[in-house]
Amino acid sequence: MADLSAVRAESLVKNFGDFRAVDEIDLHVRQGEIFGVLGPNGAGKTTTLRMLATLLPIDGGHAEIFGVDVRREPHRIRQLVGVTGQYASVDDDLTARENLWLFARLQGLTSARAKTIAGDLLERFGLQEAADRPLSQFSGGMRRRLDLASSLITRPPLIFLDEPTTGLDPRTRGQMWDTIRELVTDGSTILLTTQYLDEADQLADRVAVIDRGRKVAEDTPDALKTQVGDSSLQLSLADGSDTALAADVVRRLLGEEPVLTPESGRMNIPLPDPNRAADVLISLREAGLGISSVSVAKPTLDEVFLALTGHGADEPQIEAVR
Amino acid sequence: MTTTSTMSPTTLNPQRVDPSAVVARTTSHSSVQESWVQILAMAWRAVKKMRRKPEQFFDVLIQPLLFTAMFAFIFGGAISGSVSDYLPVLIPGILAQTALTVCMATGVQLREDMDKGVFDRFKSLPIARIAPLAGPMIADLIRYGIASVLTLVTGLVIGYRPGGGVLGCVGGVALTVIAGWSLAWIFTWLGTMARSAQSVQGISMMIMFPLTFLSNAFVPAETLPGWLEAFVKVNPVSHVVSAVRDLFNDGAVTAEVGWALIGCMVVVAVFAPLAVRSYSRKM
Repeated sequence: MADLSAVRAESLVKNFGDFRAVDEIDLHVRQGEIFGVLGPNGAGKTTTLRMLATLLPIDGGHAEIFGVDVRREPHRIRQLVGVTGQYASVDDDLTARENLWLFARLQGLTSARAKTIAGDLLERFGLQEAADRPLSQFSGGMRRRLDLASSLITRPPLIFLDEPTTGLDPRTRGQMWDTIRELVTDGSTILLTTQYLDEADQLADRVAVIDRGRKVAEDTPDALKTQVGDSSLQLSLADGSDTALAADVVRRLLGEEPVLTPESGRMNIPLPDPNRAADVLISLREAGLGISSVSVAKPTLDEVFLALTGHGADEPQIEAVR
Repeated sequence: MTTTSTMSPTTLNPQRVDPSAVVARTTSHSSVQESWVQILAMAWRAVKKMRRKPEQFFDVLIQPLLFTAMFAFIFGGAISGSVSDYLPVLIPGILAQTALTVCMATGVQLREDMDKGVFDRFKSLPIARIAPLAGPMIADLIRYGIASVLTLVTGLVIGYRPGGGVLGCVGGVALTVIAGWSLAWIFTWLGTMARSAQSVQGISMMIMFPLTFLSNAFVPAETLPGWLEAFVKVNPVSHVVSAVRDLFNDGAVTAEVGWALIGCMVVVAVFAPLAVRSYSRKM
């Protein structure tokens, strides 16, 4: 495979009236990788994906998928991209098998071939038993699986997954992750959006962080996390007046600045390596400082966001949006 | 799109996807034959939905029975002197009205359908933009057929004896189906434009009532004031009604039949492209 990008989007813009939902976003997705677009609700993730999938007109900028211009050749793009939406785009009035058969027929497969593929996909996604039941009896996870199966009928080289696990229970979520990883081993490229840092962490090779229509960072999940510390140690001191002393101990030991929380005696300490939590606790005991509670927490999307947009003083225009 | 062996296997250990090969296979638009297959697939979907939601047939079943009998007995004496003299005038009129009601349902249902998640998938698939619009309209031919036959049968039961015989009746029903299908493009266009199913319903009513009542469907045009008569005479529904009367009552393929067909073609030529354009823009 030549060094052809799967997605190459430059300065994408989408306006809804006065509101700029997507503000000059660049995305470069390499072939064969899982690329995550991470951001809170309303950040412009879905809008970006919909523009790339020809579901929304592009207001500004340029986008190519495998070298094909998205704006000029939408019909070609639709043959290259499988889209799995946030809300399962399957037909509630048909059964699972009928859904797959219909989508296969629409894409030019013969009736017999469509039937075979529908059967294969139902088996692969564990939907065989429910295949001929109405979709109204399907659970959220089953609908998502059917939706994903529907996107794979022609085995498109690029697959868009818009928040594939939002609203799923942890077990179903894990199954979905396994399925997504499997797709990449087949040679497909995946562009997924998510609100969850751990999902991006689990799946994506590279992540773009989007906030209010702008890309604020793009890196590997590991690099992003180290910006906020891999995890953090949260402790409460037995005596609130020891805070300054304890902060001093931490600073000397880790070279990190503990974040003091408003409650007296509580602090969050960024940990580049979770193993060092023990060192902190030992040092505190050696210094004679008592602790009333302690926990280790992974960084949340909020923290990554704060870290990335916190130095947002140089981006005052963010306030101007909306 | 052609299906080659590299595109289709979905076993657990399939051949790897080769993007450059897929790019090379892409086409810039659906061919006529591909579009036709897609339209038929969408028609299949619509028929499935009809079978699962038989309440959709309510208008198609009730209106011909109720309106034919009601109008015949209420207006028969006043307009034509007797019920039996009114039936040859009325039945083609009711046919046109019923066909328009079915058209209206086409627009409303399309709008409802378009709000569903599955339309996102239809839009994201490499299919002709006309397929999701034209598919349900093909399925609707069944509804026009049922409605027309039922109206005619109700007429026969209350004493209508068409002079055109079996051939005339078949011709009249066929013309009604064609006209209904053609006029449905107006309502399909409305369906793609309007914000909600309710608004389609509202706008459609405002179009349907003038189109049927400001025509010669229920009263002879000559009894109307001159300015109204002028409108009635250019109303395509009038031509369809006159043509169906000629076919039913005389078994004659008159100039009116020609005008009705031309009118239908004009409606399709104008509104089908408008509907497809507005549908494609909505994305």
